[in-house]
Amino acid sequence: MITKRIIPCLDVKDGRVVKGVNFLGLADVSSPVKLSKFYSECGADELVFYDITASAEGRALFTDILTEVASTIFIPLTVGGGINTVADFDRVLKCGADKVSVNSGAIRDPSLIAAAAKKYGDQCVVLSVDAKRVDGQYRVFAKGGREDTGLDAIEWIRRGVENGAGEIVLNSIDTDGVKGGFDLEMLAAVCDAVNVPVIASGGAGCAEDFVTLFKTLPKVDAGLAASIFHFGEVAIPDLKKALRAQGINVRL
Amino acid sequence: MIAIVDYGVGNLFSLSSSLKAIGAETVVTGNPDDLRRAEKIILPGVGAFGDAAALLRQDGLDQVLVEEAKKGKPLLGICLGMQLLLERGFEYGEHRGLGLIPGDVVSIRPVIPAGYKIPHIGWNALHFPKSRPKSPLFRHIQEGDCVYFVHSYYAARCEESVIATAEYGAELTAAVQHKNVYGVQFHPEKSGAVGLAILRAFCEMEEPL
Repeated sequence: MITKRIIPCLDVKDGRVVKGVNFLGLADVSSPVKLSKFYSECGADELVFYDITASAEGRALFTDILTEVASTIFIPLTVGGGINTVADFDRVLKCGADKVSVNSGAIRDPSLIAAAAKKYGDQCVVLSVDAKRVDGQYRVFAKGGREDTGLDAIEWIRRGVENGAGEIVLNSIDTDGVKGGFDLEMLAAVCDAVNVPVIASGGAGCAEDFVTLFKTLPKVDAGLAASIFHFGEVAIPDLKKALRAQGINVRL
Repeated sequence: MIAIVDYGVGNLFSLSSSLKAIGAETVVTGNPDDLRRAEKIILPGVGAFGDAAALLRQDGLDQVLVEEAKKGKPLLGICLGMQLLLERGFEYGEHRGLGLIPGDVVSIRPVIPAGYKIPHIGWNALHFPKSRPKSPLFRHIQEGDCVYFVHSYYAARCEESVIATAEYGAELTAAVQHKNVYGVQFHPEKSGAVGLAILRAFCEMEEPL
């Protein structure tokens, strides 16, 4: 049986991992290569890299780092951030990425999903969505959660999958950073709407939150988190043992 | 020297990096003479069966692969590269494969239960058939070890050659072997330590005399 995936997310800016990395036992915690190696060895099923650089120099540095990571670590790599064109897909895939995640780029140009899916296959295109409750609706937010697009998240996701998105990352702005658990209600609505893998993001504070996620929503394929892994609050081997103990199938 | 066949299908960066990581000498090549000189050959591939088979044929690489395999040279197909080893593929029509392994490549859709997502994507456990000895390709790994899959088609009607399966609502062919010809549906270059151990086993295969 296919296993549930645990995915650490690394935000990379100017060649370093940012967003509160304060790891135990690692000399240089903000080196994307060292952190990736650490995660790969402790059982992460996939890694997500978000390029949060704004400058062209930063972008070039990001691709160099991605190349180095991809030649050292042999698990699936997903890249997001600054993906606005098919040429951006090409740039990161050539450096060893397996999947490419689009967010604001697809909101600006919805034809990007179909164009990329046609060229690289559905399995390569991940639609990442930041969503928040507004007026009784799940609303898509852009620009890192700062701008309400007015789009209905469920409708946006359904359309994305029709156009060829092969996987959905749902980041609930309502639960993000709260560490009170994943947004089960919003995730359930997305799982009901589409039949592609759904990755839950935003809200995990402890191992029990992942157990609850997979027990409550068997259709969710993966759980993604950043700071709880980076800070060592949740160690992936312990998390996987806890999941296995609860009868959830994971790769040990 | 291990030749990785470059015929314009997919990205070979991860595969060639993973072979380097286990200390193998590799050449990424579309040149028939390189394939003849190589001690072993790996046929990778992503995309659609028909297009890939046509590309192999267009460059005459299909004949070279068949000749080298018949001489006893170890050959490993990965993902679509594995599917191409079989006789026929039924993705967007019917297409001829290399015919090195008896069987067909068909959609997983009719065999898996409703509600299962297609493609079959993610980490899944390998099971070795009890009816035959464990393949040398898996001598460094164990029953139940997980590898990374991404596919919508699989090898069928190839019972005699199946050396591993994966369970996805149905038993799907995960790997095949016919003498010196091996094929894996999953991506060893993306399957962590287990994947590297499979590649290492292939690199250690006996060369033909």
